[in-house]
Amino acid sequence: MHLLALLLQATTTPAASTLGTANPVSMAMFFLFVAVTLYITYWAAKKTKTGSEFYAAGRNISGFQNGLALAGDYMSAASFLGIAGMVATKGYDGLIYSIGFLVGWPLIMFLIAEPLRNLGKYTFADVVAYRLKQRPVRIVSSVGSLLTIAFYLIAQMVGAGSLIKTLFGLQYEIAVVVVGCVMTLYVLFGGMLATTWVQIIKAILLLSGATVLVILSLSRFNFSPLNLFTSVTQQYGDAMLVPGGFITNPFDALSLGLALMLGTAGLPHILMRFYTVPNAKAARKSVFVATGFIGYFYILTFFIGFSAMTLVGKSTIENMDKGGNMAALLLAEQTGGTAFLGFIAAVAFATILAVVAGLTLSGASSISHDLYVHVVKRGVSDEKGEIKVAKRATVALGVLSILLGLVFKGQNVAFMVGLAFSIAASANFPALLLSITWKRFTTRGAVWSIATGAILSLVLIVLSPTIWVDILQHEEAIFPLKNPALVSMSSAFLVGIVASLLQPEIAAAEKFESEKLRTYLGIGAE
Amino acid sequence: MLPGPSSSQAILQSPEFKKLVSKRWSVSLILTLIILVIYIGFLLVVAFNKELLALKISHSITWALPVGLGIILAAWLLTGIYVFWANNTYDDAVQEIKNKITHS
Repeated sequence: MHLLALLLQATTTPAASTLGTANPVSMAMFFLFVAVTLYITYWAAKKTKTGSEFYAAGRNISGFQNGLALAGDYMSAASFLGIAGMVATKGYDGLIYSIGFLVGWPLIMFLIAEPLRNLGKYTFADVVAYRLKQRPVRIVSSVGSLLTIAFYLIAQMVGAGSLIKTLFGLQYEIAVVVVGCVMTLYVLFGGMLATTWVQIIKAILLLSGATVLVILSLSRFNFSPLNLFTSVTQQYGDAMLVPGGFITNPFDALSLGLALMLGTAGLPHILMRFYTVPNAKAARKSVFVATGFIGYFYILTFFIGFSAMTLVGKSTIENMDKGGNMAALLLAEQTGGTAFLGFIAAVAFATILAVVAGLTLSGASSISHDLYVHVVKRGVSDEKGEIKVAKRATVALGVLSILLGLVFKGQNVAFMVGLAFSIAASANFPALLLSITWKRFTTRGAVWSIATGAILSLVLIVLSPTIWVDILQHEEAIFPLKNPALVSMSSAFLVGIVASLLQPEIAAAEKFESEKLRTYLGIGAE
Repeated sequence: MLPGPSSSQAILQSPEFKKLVSKRWSVSLILTLIILVIYIGFLLVVAFNKELLALKISHSITWALPVGLGIILAAWLLTGIYVFWANNTYDDAVQEIKNKITHS
């Protein structure tokens, strides 16, 4: 998970490229994007009055639109620039990451999407708490949600600041403040409807930009991938086309793989999107569409990486940034000139804006819907009050994300993406899955499972080589795995099951039977 | 169209409904198992037997390439299989049960 760290190291810019200087095309493109999305926000604001409109776009988004929006939410700048960069510098190993990021989607389809859509209202905690005691379950699940969102958000904000500095020559602080303010405007006034359209536009821009980049690059190889790979092996040897040093310890591989796979199925901002469609059928269609676009995108980054490796050259890429994060941008400049570079840079900026908007909205929902309504107000929801709290939470999260972006400037925050996925896989996913599938799951089981997953993720990552050795500079790590998910996720399942069996909750088991009508037939679903 | 408590019980106890639920989970679990076997199998090969993936198809292409891209494609196809099954089988069965509720 060092994609972002490498992103952060990208600072110096050799004279050979126009990267890092103000590019008129990217400035114009970026202002156009912000202008269009703010206009959409203005339009969406008029349609965003009720709770279901603010949190779920009135459940009027189509399955296809939601699929694109899910893809937009998921394809971050880190995966666009970072994975292309890993392929460009390390070859095949970069693909192992993208596969890990993709295989969580089928699991969302088979296990989560439809029951989630039928049982819940606005947040995934709705489903975890459905037949359990509301207050304790809501408290722990919102802690799980907010931790996931916080770490993901910090990584995105710090990445945004450095990236924009490199791309536009804009000061880090200004970049962070601009990103924070614009995304707050989207969420505050346009709610889920504006956020959804920001994601859709961003997804279309990113997918078409990457497609054009691949076409331009392949045109140098007579449109034959075979020629591309031949050129790769001629320049850098066969080693680039086989798995290399990325995975040495099989347990490390398994742990990281599980975090990427199951973490995807526990990301609050992704799960929340399923409430924007009218029914379970549309939810299922949106996963199919999202998986297709995300898979296509990763295949594109694979070709972008190898094209950059041969056309730009590994040493040029590594000179600019050790992690290779500038590979896609250098390739864009080489194949399409300065104007195309400007376009791709603006797309990368738009990508960050969209992802942080989605995160902020899901954080605000967790605060207002889970904590305020179900914990403070004990479930007696006054819609106006709830929306007021949601909007205040949005502003608070906007300010907080700007502050965190400034506080963590220059810090190594790459581990935070891995940590966010580990908490999502360990705290959110096990409780959600057990609540959907296991009759005997209890309040106590849910609380202990979520707490175990979250605490173990946090503690073990500090003791792991990721922080203990790489950041705190100790000789040897206390916990051997780089990502704790293998231990923290299995423990969360085990604790949840044992705690439930030790003290059965008859009311919860009975309600499991009656909720089946809603889970499987959609009767009574909101 | 919320059914009353007695008819809810009747639906929940009906063999059609029970069959629907168990069929849904067997389809889901089989597909889940397939993607887990593919992905974890891939990780294990990468960890323990890299040489297998280094085998060549032609002079410049290794097996690692089609295998990696194939997994991405397989993940998508599996979601497609589920959608196809659910749209054509599951939804009809749900509709049939729902019709019974309104007619009784």
